[in-house]
Amino acid sequence: MTDNITFLLQLIVTGLVLGSVYALVALGFVLIYKSTSVLNFAQGELLMFGAYICFVQTVQFHIPFIWSFLVTLIFSFILGLLMERALLRPMLGESIISVIMVTIALSTLMRSLIQIVWGTQTKVFPPVFSQEPIYFLGLFVAEVHLYSLAFAMICVALFGLFFKFSSAGLAMRVTAFNQQVAQTMGINIKRIFALAWAISAVVSSIGGIILGNINGINNALAIMGLKVFPCVILGGLDSIFGAIVGSIIIGILENIAGGYLDPILGGGVKEVAPFVLLVIILMIRPYGLFGKKLVERL
Amino acid sequence: MGSNNMSPILSVNNIEVIYKDVILVLKGMSLAVNEGKIVTILGNNGAGKTTTLKAISGILKTEDGEVTDGTIEFYGERIDKKYAEAIVRMGIFQVMEGRRVVEDMTVEENLLAGAHIQTNRKNRKRDIEMIYDYFPALVPRKKIMAGYISGGEQQMLVVGRAMMSRPKLLLLDEPSMGLSPLLVSEIFKIITKINKEKKTSILLVEQNARLALSIASHGYVMENGRVVLDDTVEKLLENEDVKEFYLGLSEVGVKKSYRDVKHYKRRKRWLT
Amino acid sequence: MPCGLFHTRYRTDERIFKTVWVRSWVAALGFAVLLLPLFVSSYILYVCNTIFIFIIGAIGLNILTGFTGQISIGHGAFVAIGAYSSAIMTTKLSLPFWLALPGGGLCSVLIGIFVGLPSLRVKGLYLAIATLAAQFITDYTVVHWESMTNGITGMYLPSPQFFGFIFDNDSKFYYLLLFFAIAAVMTGRNLFRTKIGRALIAVRDRDIAANLIGISLFKYKLLAFSLSSFYAGIAGSLWGFYTNIITPEHFTIVLSIDYLAMVIIGGLGSILGTVFGVIFMTILPELLTTASILLKDTFGQITTLLSAIKGLIFALAIILFLLFEPDGLAEIWRRVKAYWKLWPFSY
Repeated sequence: MTDNITFLLQLIVTGLVLGSVYALVALGFVLIYKSTSVLNFAQGELLMFGAYICFVQTVQFHIPFIWSFLVTLIFSFILGLLMERALLRPMLGESIISVIMVTIALSTLMRSLIQIVWGTQTKVFPPVFSQEPIYFLGLFVAEVHLYSLAFAMICVALFGLFFKFSSAGLAMRVTAFNQQVAQTMGINIKRIFALAWAISAVVSSIGGIILGNINGINNALAIMGLKVFPCVILGGLDSIFGAIVGSIIIGILENIAGGYLDPILGGGVKEVAPFVLLVIILMIRPYGLFGKKLVERL
Repeated sequence: MGSNNMSPILSVNNIEVIYKDVILVLKGMSLAVNEGKIVTILGNNGAGKTTTLKAISGILKTEDGEVTDGTIEFYGERIDKKYAEAIVRMGIFQVMEGRRVVEDMTVEENLLAGAHIQTNRKNRKRDIEMIYDYFPALVPRKKIMAGYISGGEQQMLVVGRAMMSRPKLLLLDEPSMGLSPLLVSEIFKIITKINKEKKTSILLVEQNARLALSIASHGYVMENGRVVLDDTVEKLLENEDVKEFYLGLSEVGVKKSYRDVKHYKRRKRWLT
Repeated sequence: MPCGLFHTRYRTDERIFKTVWVRSWVAALGFAVLLLPLFVSSYILYVCNTIFIFIIGAIGLNILTGFTGQISIGHGAFVAIGAYSSAIMTTKLSLPFWLALPGGGLCSVLIGIFVGLPSLRVKGLYLAIATLAAQFITDYTVVHWESMTNGITGMYLPSPQFFGFIFDNDSKFYYLLLFFAIAAVMTGRNLFRTKIGRALIAVRDRDIAANLIGISLFKYKLLAFSLSSFYAGIAGSLWGFYTNIITPEHFTIVLSIDYLAMVIIGGLGSILGTVFGVIFMTILPELLTTASILLKDTFGQITTLLSAIKGLIFALAIILFLLFEPDGLAEIWRRVKAYWKLWPFSY
């Protein structure tokens, strides 16, 4: 009997770790959505980019992990700025469908590029954390999981503070509401967009590096990025807090579904379960847990 | 940045504004605002009043509009080619029509956002207190979502938000729209107070001519993208056409024939 | 508007082919198309047949995205559903071709309604996300529901039969698919001369106003989505009958993105544009394959990287079009026509 409970608890704990990483990526996604109203379909590729760049430095150039990590963050920041400048800014004023198509095309572009440069085989990070599992409340947790969880939670907390209290965060919220109003208030919205994309890229990179450490680096990381959709829909598309809560719930539920249903359905449940949840959420509560209904005053 | 009461702080010199490269909206518009004064622009819908304000504040570019001729100068510096955010930093703040509060932020957050260009924290705190002094109705609403407060409170919020940036020139676009007469008079009293105490110059666009003329010192009447009358308020109040078309006072006791009403447009003395 | 053309009746004003010249050109084109199989190789016929099938699916997507303004990233899923349902109907239920084909279409519609119901009630971009989910769920189901779909081994469809006449080579399929492609184009084009079509465009352009004049947003969006799914299902089904074997790899999200690319590059909101887009996007990879074969000696690795390179060039094409010609090939066509009409007085 206790075996069953242990099994379940194990799934929940690993799900929590997974969810915390999703939360980080979801934050970046919601940041872009809130400031620019764009659904960034290339979020997953940003994850891959971070993981690959970090990998290249650590393995090919033998740079210590901590430095390659920081350099990757800088690279990602610049990538985010570049993406915004080259692709999104010229699309200002075009219909939202076109902009979303650009992000979709961008995701294919990045994925193809990464495939050409690095091939399709899974790359593995050299072990940075000790492989000894830590015995914690009767469960085995890998050290890397604990670090990931802690790190992700810290980043998320920093974010919340940024958005709520800083001047730039407030400016982002105004821009998210109405770009013209933001401009009348002296907010340089182009800078806000660039900042949103840059931060989003950085956060996704962190997520990619963490997941790459846990699961290895390959195409699946990109799909991981798409899993951010169920998380933000559950939480509410325009709610930062919701993104976090939704991500954790999805992470846990996905793991539980995989643990119990994989043997029955023949595997791969973890990939599809979040999307089934997505459809269910859309049916019963489309605005998610914390999303706000559009206040439309005519 | 020295200015005396003789030269205007804002001068719009014969500007031509075109939307989307094809629609000519302003065909040679000129006005001037002197320091510390309230100037009003009157006119019917579609005359180009809001466009004038947008040209001054730089918002025009976001709507695919362009100043294609003439200049706009603020304290002697040309601003017609500048971006909106730069113009705000120079001291011009436009309160757009329609009370655009950020609906999912609280009242206090809206005000803080207005102080975006104010980097000094202490100044921001002091300014918020000042706004609450001017608009006591907002105090009980501090933590409420701005989308849920009443129309009058929203109007106060947007004006207060504008004041947070310590503007030298405030552009107000139809602040009375959709508000009850009582609220309107209250808001206009506060606007006058702000003008007197803070020496903020105000350029006011209004449909409610009587109200506007009651607080302004100088007025412009626009029609079809041009200024057709430009005078002090005292003279405007005497002007027969202004009285008839904007103040609703036509000759009392005289029987009007339908022919007269039908041909009203021909009777406006300023049409060439 | 052509010069000197004065309409005196509504009927002549609403005609799709307005002048005698246009009608003659279209007739000549039609003649050429009909005679094509007599002159070209099997490979070219294969390309043409692929184009016809994609035209059907792409028109469906254009109805949804170009004319009603709703994004679907799961079009591939509905193509898959059409293909697999038809396969199941012919193999497990022994239904003949002319029943299995609309059956495939109908199954797509049913699933489409199921997906559309929750996401279309709500304003915003929820349909895009829901279709993404549908795509992944369909992928999963097709691979894992082995009792019905044979998983990754795929399913087999017999060649269609009509009263003893079997369609089993490229030439015969050419005419069959040509018929369906023309049907799709004509129904698509005609849709926008009807009340329904106008309602869809209203939903795209000013939905609040459309709502105010009595157009039920939900009903019309669902209608557009159902139509789009139907076209997709038919396309998938025809594809299955044409290639005789379908496997899950044909119908992944890559297919959905391909369809979106065709519709956008061709021109959202233009049926003619869709045809252009399909032709462009089908010929491009064929050119790439030919080029890679030629370059194989100099760049040995090219063939292995081919799919990645194709993806790269596709994505670049989409981005370039979106940045510089957002109205697509249809707009370029219009400009060329206008230039010819007005030369030498072009503005």
